[in-house]
Amino acid sequence: MIKLHKSLNGKQLTSITLLTFIGGLGLFAPFIMPNDPFLVDVSKKFLEPSWAYPLGTDHLGRCILSRILLGIRYSLGSALFIQLVATFFAIWIGAIVAFKRGIIDYFFIRICDILLAFPTLVLVFGLLGILGPSLKNLLLALIFTQTVYYSRVLRGLFISVHAKEFIKAAKISGTSGVKLILRHFVPNIKAPMLTIISLDLGKVILEIAGFSFIGLGVQAPTPEWGMMISEGKQYIRLHPELMLYPGIAIIIVVLLFNFISRQSKQVDH
Amino acid sequence: MKTWEVMKEMYESTWLFCLKRVITLPFVLLGVSIMTFLFIRFVPVEPAEVILRMSGVAPTAEAIQALRSELGTDQPLSIQYFIWLKGVLHFDFGSSFVSKLPVAQEIVEKLPATFELALAAFVCMICFSIPLGIISALYKNSIFDRIVGLLSIISVSIPTFWLGFFLLYLFSLKLGIFPTNGKGTILHMILPAVSLALPTTGLFVQAIRTSVIEELQKKYVQYAFLRGLKKSVILSRHVFKNAAIPLTTMLGMTLGNLLGGAVIVEQVFSWPGLGRYLIESIMNRDYPVVQCYVLIIAIIYVFANLCTDILHRVLDPQLMIVRRRE
Repeated sequence: MIKLHKSLNGKQLTSITLLTFIGGLGLFAPFIMPNDPFLVDVSKKFLEPSWAYPLGTDHLGRCILSRILLGIRYSLGSALFIQLVATFFAIWIGAIVAFKRGIIDYFFIRICDILLAFPTLVLVFGLLGILGPSLKNLLLALIFTQTVYYSRVLRGLFISVHAKEFIKAAKISGTSGVKLILRHFVPNIKAPMLTIISLDLGKVILEIAGFSFIGLGVQAPTPEWGMMISEGKQYIRLHPELMLYPGIAIIIVVLLFNFISRQSKQVDH
Repeated sequence: MKTWEVMKEMYESTWLFCLKRVITLPFVLLGVSIMTFLFIRFVPVEPAEVILRMSGVAPTAEAIQALRSELGTDQPLSIQYFIWLKGVLHFDFGSSFVSKLPVAQEIVEKLPATFELALAAFVCMICFSIPLGIISALYKNSIFDRIVGLLSIISVSIPTFWLGFFLLYLFSLKLGIFPTNGKGTILHMILPAVSLALPTTGLFVQAIRTSVIEELQKKYVQYAFLRGLKKSVILSRHVFKNAAIPLTTMLGMTLGNLLGGAVIVEQVFSWPGLGRYLIESIMNRDYPVVQCYVLIIAIIYVFANLCTDILHRVLDPQLMIVRRRE
């Protein structure tokens, strides 16, 4: 942890601290929320911000702040989940392909070429078209597209590390298999991997929000931010604030992720 | 004599590269078509059952069996693929489960509007990002550069659909400058194009800035200054041209992003493109439509990437020489 601190600069640390704080808010949302985010009360619709409802209420009289707080789980949480699962698979696929080379590698590259011939968003549309629109299927589709891309990138990184002396040394000393990957490979590709993952976290949050907005992701009462914007769009003339708050929430979180990845990019140069 | 040989080698290797790329193209397209075909075979429910449900017939075992033999889905997978491929080559993608109309016809009718939007966004992005990127690079670390840097990082953090609504609210509902939805005049086009273009613009501004800065630090630029050439000549004749080369590789990817992103932006402005049709088809499990969309966009994307790759090599034949020496 101390090592990690040293490799980060001030802006990155601030962003990470703020994101951890936001993550904590999402984790403990049920204890912090001022009201029940699912409680429909039409007599209380479109209330002005007050002490009881800090950001007011929406078209069904639900507390906007509570919905945004609980929404952290769906937006930030699912993006983290996607990235973690995709990285996990990609490390193993990339490592196996990079070690075995030969025919497995050849077929892997061909399949990747074909899958990468589809733009990511279009591939997700296609997968959703087959699996049907729901949060679970959106997660599956995004995990799939990210895994394809990451395993390709990690394969390249693994191969470049594979040629290094210390790997030979480790192999000669009898290290192999899982231990070799976790002890010697992963630490050496940590920096570029973290950059890509944090840059894409922002992108994945935007994608989840976008797909939920057009109705292909999270479904109605769930307080995901993209879904909240979608619900608020009918009231844009009179109550634009319904769309404003979740939009700002998305922008803040994605911006913080982009700050982290841009700073680490500048360090590389 | 030596220069001539190098030139000849460059010329030949560029041709060789283009030839290689063009020869591998059918294989990529074949792979793409197999993948798109298999897409539908992964469907958890039987297509025949979906069609029967759609037309309100009770999906009994006999009815499903009859429809299956009518659709040809009871044949082996490889035969189904060849039948499907034969249809695709004749531009027959089957008919929609819902409307019973040929899918290809409907998609081809709606695709131009989506393409128009993506193209407008592309033009928008180029118009904004080139001057901003170049000025930021020339006045590196100035206040202007910092502001542009901050704005571009913000622009990649905004969801396009939210930005669309924001612009719609500000310019159409409050100020009344632009129409809220529909298509027709150039005024209808501006807001959707800007919302679609903004995230890519942010990316491009930073890419152009980095590329120009890297180019300015090279030896030949210093030499040109020492020769006493005017700054404007050095920049326009040498620096910008060379800085543009690495950026060409980004163009194909950008087109793919814009075409995919257009589907979402179209929803905000009720743009009469593919978006609504595609989303409705996904909701209705209208597989032929989704399949046709995925295949057509993938083919466009493959060709766009081919063009940018070739463009990249033609502009920078040096790549080949370096590779050979290695």
